[in-house]
Amino acid sequence: MAGTAFTPSILSRPVYAGLVSRGATPAIMLAEGEGALALMALADHDPAVMGHAHIIHIPAGTGHGAALQALGPAMYHEGPTLPAVLPRLRKALGDAHMGTALYIAGTEGVIGQVTAEALAAGVAAGAISTEHHGGAARRMQCVHCKGITEDVVTDPFICSHCGLSLFVRDHFSRRLGAFQGVCVDAETPGQIPAMQEIRP
Amino acid sequence: MMLRVASVEPLSPLVTKFRFVHPDGAALPLFSGGAHVVVEMPDGEMIRRNAYSLVSDPMDGSGYEIAVRREDLGRGGSLYMHTRVAEGDLLGVGAPANLFGLDLRARKHVLVAGGIGITPFIAQIRQLTRLQLPFELHYCARSRSEAAGLALLPDLPQVHVHISDEGNRMDPAEVLSGQPLGTHAYTCGPEGLVAAMADAGARLGWPEAALHSETFLAPPPGKPFRVTLARSALTLTVGPDQSLLEALEAAGVDAPWLCRGGVCGQCETAVLSCHGRIEHHDHWLDDDEKAAQTKIMPCVSRFQGQDLILDR
Repeated sequence: MAGTAFTPSILSRPVYAGLVSRGATPAIMLAEGEGALALMALADHDPAVMGHAHIIHIPAGTGHGAALQALGPAMYHEGPTLPAVLPRLRKALGDAHMGTALYIAGTEGVIGQVTAEALAAGVAAGAISTEHHGGAARRMQCVHCKGITEDVVTDPFICSHCGLSLFVRDHFSRRLGAFQGVCVDAETPGQIPAMQEIRP
Repeated sequence: MMLRVASVEPLSPLVTKFRFVHPDGAALPLFSGGAHVVVEMPDGEMIRRNAYSLVSDPMDGSGYEIAVRREDLGRGGSLYMHTRVAEGDLLGVGAPANLFGLDLRARKHVLVAGGIGITPFIAQIRQLTRLQLPFELHYCARSRSEAAGLALLPDLPQVHVHISDEGNRMDPAEVLSGQPLGTHAYTCGPEGLVAAMADAGARLGWPEAALHSETFLAPPPGKPFRVTLARSALTLTVGPDQSLLEALEAAGVDAPWLCRGGVCGQCETAVLSCHGRIEHHDHWLDDDEKAAQTKIMPCVSRFQGQDLILDR
C-alpha cells in the first residue's frame, strides 16, 4: 500500500487506501506537501489520468511544483495554505459533474477537510481516492468548546480555544474533517497523564 | 388488512388501475415513494400474493392505488386481478414496505422507467414535488398505445417521454452525462434497461452507490419439482405455476417473506443438500453464493434435479 500505514482502530477512524486511477475522467487532484509524490506515482501508473485533471497543490515547504506541472495536467494551481486554495476547490467542485474523480494526498487534516468539502458538495464517498503522506499530526475538535486545534502532535494536548487538556480519540467527524478531543481530567481534575507523541 | 376495491379503471389495453379503501372509511398508513403492498388473491385452494408498487399520493391515507399489467404468460396473479376482481370486492392488502426508496441525501434525482416500471416513480414524483427537490423523469415505452404510464404522469416540465416506435428511444449515456455532483439515478424496468443504465453509469464514472435499480420480478413458472424440508420433516411438490414459497405456505410451513420478488432477502433459506441445479432468479444472493448452491430464495427460485433438502 502506498502512503502511511496506520494502526488498525475503530470503524470511525479514516483509512487512506492509496490513490487508484479512475482512468481518463475529469478529475480534481489536491496534493499537500509530500502528497505530491502520490500524484506522481498515480500519473506514472496511468498517464491518462492527467488529461482532464485539475491539480491544486499546496507545497508546504516541499519543492515538487515543477515536477507536478511536468505531468501535464489540464490545469495547475499552487497556493500556500488550504484556506488559500479553498475558494478554488469549492468553485471546481461546484462546476463538476457526476463522474468527476477526486484524488486527495497529504496530511490527515488536509485530507479530512477536503473530503468534508467534497461530501458537502455532493461527491459520493466512493468517488474519493485518498493517500496519506507526511506527519501523524491531527486536526482535533474539542468536544466541549467545539473549537478546532490544528496540527496536534501530542496526546493529551491543550485546546487552543478553551485551555482544557484533551485526550486524543480515534473518533472522527466526516462532516468536520476532524478527530474528537475529550477532557482528560474531568473525573479527577488536575491529574493529567504525561504527554506522548502521536504515532500513526 | 381487508380492503375494499373502490374502483377499477383501465389505463391501456393491458394495464388497469385499482383503488383500495378501508371498508369503514378509516385512514390507511401513509408511505414513502417507491413502496409496495402485497395483495392477497384467494384462488381455489391457494392464496396468491403479488407485490405491487403504490401509485397514489404517499401522503394520502384515504386509499391505496396500484397499476397492474396483465401478464398472459405469467402464473396467473395479474390475470386474476384483471378478470376476477371487481368494484366492491374485499381483498387482503399488506402494510406498505419500501425496498426502492429515494436517497434523500441526493442533490438531484434522475428517475428512469421502462414500461410498467413507471409505477414506483408515480408516488416518488409526488414526494419529490412536495419536498421541492430537483428531479427529472424519463419514461420509456415501445409505443404510445402501450404507454399506460402517460395516464398516471403529471404534466410537468421535468417529465420526459421516450416512445421507441416514434423514433425517440432514450440514450442512457445522454441522460446520465453532465448531471451535477450529488445526483442519484434510479431505474425500474426490464433487465435490459437496468443493465444499460448500469453500463452507462460505469463508463461515465458514476459511483455504484449513486445508481439504484428495481427490476419488477414475479416468480417465474417452471417445471414442477420436489423439495424436502428437514425441520418440518415434510416432502412437497412445487407445482409449475407455484413458487417454492407458495408451496411452503400451502403446506402450513412458517416461512418469512417481505417482497416476494427476490430482492429483500427476508426469505433466504439454507440448503442442506442439493443434488441438481438451483434455478436462482433472485437479485439478493451474489454470484459466488448462487454457484455454491448453499442458499436459496424460495420466493422466486426453483430447482431441477435429484433432490433438494432445505433447513426449514
